[in-house]
Amino acid sequence: MSENSAAAWQALTGRAGERAALLGAEGLPTRRVEAWHYTPLQSLNGIAWQEAPALEAATVKQRVEGLNLPEHDGLLVFANGRFCKELSHLPDCMDVQEYGDGSAVQPLLAGRFSAGLNAALRQPGARLHVPAGTDAGLIVMVSLTEGDGVSTHLHHSVTLDEGAQLTLLDVQLGTGQYLTNPQVDVHCADKAHLSHITQQAESHEAARLAIVGARVGERGNYDSFTLNQGGVLARQEVVTQLSGPFSNTNVNAIQLVDGARLNDLSSMIHHASPDCTSRQTVRSVLSENGQGVFQGKILVDRIAQKTDGYQMNQALLLSEKAQMNSKPELEIYADDVKCSHGATVGALDEDQLFYLRSRGVQEEQARDMLVQAFLLETVELVEHESLRDYLLKALPGHV
Amino acid sequence: MSDFLKIEGLKAQIDADGTPKEILKGLDLTIPKGEVHAIMGPNGSGKSTLSYVLAGREDYEVTGGSAHFKGQDLLELEPEERAALGVFLAFQSPVELPGVNNANFLRTAVNAVRKARGEEELDAVSFLKLAREETSRLSMSGEMLKRAVNVGFSGGEKKRNEVLQMRLLKPSLAILDETDSGLDIDALRIVAEGVNSLRGPDFSSLVITHHQRLLEYIVPDRVHVMAHGRIIHSGGPEVATLLEKQGYKQFLEAAA
Repeated sequence: MSENSAAAWQALTGRAGERAALLGAEGLPTRRVEAWHYTPLQSLNGIAWQEAPALEAATVKQRVEGLNLPEHDGLLVFANGRFCKELSHLPDCMDVQEYGDGSAVQPLLAGRFSAGLNAALRQPGARLHVPAGTDAGLIVMVSLTEGDGVSTHLHHSVTLDEGAQLTLLDVQLGTGQYLTNPQVDVHCADKAHLSHITQQAESHEAARLAIVGARVGERGNYDSFTLNQGGVLARQEVVTQLSGPFSNTNVNAIQLVDGARLNDLSSMIHHASPDCTSRQTVRSVLSENGQGVFQGKILVDRIAQKTDGYQMNQALLLSEKAQMNSKPELEIYADDVKCSHGATVGALDEDQLFYLRSRGVQEEQARDMLVQAFLLETVELVEHESLRDYLLKALPGHV
Repeated sequence: MSDFLKIEGLKAQIDADGTPKEILKGLDLTIPKGEVHAIMGPNGSGKSTLSYVLAGREDYEVTGGSAHFKGQDLLELEPEERAALGVFLAFQSPVELPGVNNANFLRTAVNAVRKARGEEELDAVSFLKLAREETSRLSMSGEMLKRAVNVGFSGGEKKRNEVLQMRLLKPSLAILDETDSGLDIDALRIVAEGVNSLRGPDFSSLVITHHQRLLEYIVPDRVHVMAHGRIIHSGGPEVATLLEKQGYKQFLEAAA
C-alpha cells in the first residue's frame, strides 16, 4: 500500500472497528485485481472518508419534491445514509421489518469488495417485505447524498414471498465529492416478481460502489434495469442466482458517460437450476473522455440443463478519446444449454446522420436522435409503462 | 433570375482505398426555375455522385468548379442549410433508422425546415393531420407513420416514404436519384403523381433515371446524357425515346 492509500484505508478501517476484517487486508482494489482491472480505485485513496452527517430535513424535503417522480404507491427517502421517516410512506400491504444486526456478508456476494465494504460499515436501510400473493405496486426509494469526503453504506433488503409482486424504482443522486456504497439483498420466493429499476444520477464528482445480490426461486423473476449516468467513478454490480427451476432474470442497463468519468456495469448471472432463462442487454454511450466498462459473466452449473441465456453489449463512441472496455465471460458446465452473447463498439453511422441532415435536421439534433434511438430499445425492455416514460425523459435529446 | 441551379465545371472525387478517384470531371448543367430536367446515363457515369455532391454528402471532395442555387454558393452550405434553402434529395437506397419513429422523424424534419425558412412550426395534432392526408394521397398505410423510419419497409414503401418526405418538406429543387428503380407500374404512377403535383413556377426537379419509363409519367423539359463525369448531350424529351431505342452508343461515340 502506498503512502497515499493510508488516508482512505485508515479512515475506513478505523470506522469499521471490529469489522475491519471484512474489508480484507489488501487495501482498495488496484488494476492488479482482475475484477477491478478496468475500474481501479486508487483515485479514492487520498481521502479520509468520514461518516456523512445528517442533512437538514427541510433541505431533503425540497430536493425530493424537485424530482418529478412518477406516480407511486410508496416512497422511502434516505439522506446521507439515514432514513427520513417523515418523508416516507408505504402501502398498507407492506410491512417494514425491524432492522437486525446483519453484519455478515451474504454468501452470494462473498469475496466481492463492494459487499465487504458495505458489511464493514453497514448502515440500516430499507427492509421491504411483500407478503405472499400481494402486488405492492410501485415503490420509489430515493437516496440523497450531499457533502465532500463523506461516505454512506446503506444496506437494504427486499423480500418477496411466494407469488408477490413489486416494482422498485431506486433513485440515487447528490452533490459533492462523496462515496456511496449501497447494497441491496433481494430474495424472490417461488413465482415472485421484482422489477428493480436503478436510476444512478450521482454527483459527477462522486464515487459509487453499488452491489445487488438477488436469489430467485422457482418460476420467480428478478428483472433489473440500471440507468448509469452519474458519478466520476461508478460501478453497479449485479449478482443474481437462479436457484429454482423455470426462473428468469434480466440484467439490463444503459450507461451514459461524458467528461472524464467512468461508469461500470459488472454482473454475474448464475444459473444454478435447470430450465431457467436470463436476458441481458447493456448499451453504453461514451462521449468526450468518458470510459465505459462492462463485465458480464454467465455461470451455468452442471445441474442447470436447458439453460437459455442471452447477453448483448453494445457501445457507441461519440469522440476519439472515449473508451469502452468489455469483458463477457461464459462458464458453462451443463451440456444441454443455449447461451449466446455478442458485443459491438462503434461510432454513429455516417449514412444515417447524412440522411437526417439532408432532411433539414441540425447536426447536433440528428446526433441526439440517433443516440436516443440506440438507447430506446433498451428502455423498452422496462415493463412498467410510466417508468419507461420517466426514464426516456432522463435520456439526452428527448423530444 | 432564370438560372435557378447553375453548375459550372464541377469536379469531385472520392477516396477509393486511399487513392483519390475522380468521378465528376468538369460538369456543366443549368436548370431554370420551374423546369424539370432528366439525367440519363450508363452505370458509373457519376449520376449518383452528382446528387450526393449537391445534397452535401461529406465523403465526396469537390476539387473544382461551382454549384449555385438561388444565387447562393451551394457547396459552402451544410446539408441541413441546403434543405432549408429548398434542396431535396430522394435517395436511391434510403437508410433504415431503427428506433427512430417515422412520424417523429417527419415532424422533426418539417419543423426544422419551417423554422429555418421563418415559418411557424406545426404542433403534433396539425402535423399528424397533414401527414395522414399525404400518406393516403400516396396510397401508404397509416401504419407506416408508426413504424421506425424505413425499417422493414419494402423497396416500394421506402420510395413512397421518400416522396412523402418530399411532399411534406416542399422543396424548390427535388433531385430524384433513380426513384423508379424497384417500383411496379402502380407505384411508379403514384410516385410520378407526387412529383407532378409539386410542379409549378417555383419548383424545379432533376430526375436521374436509367429508364425512359419514368419519363413517360414525369415529362421533362430537357434531357441530359451523362457519361464519364460530364454532360455529353442535351436535348428535349425526345432524347429519352432515342436512348431507349438505340442505347448510349451513338452519344458516347459522338462525344469521344
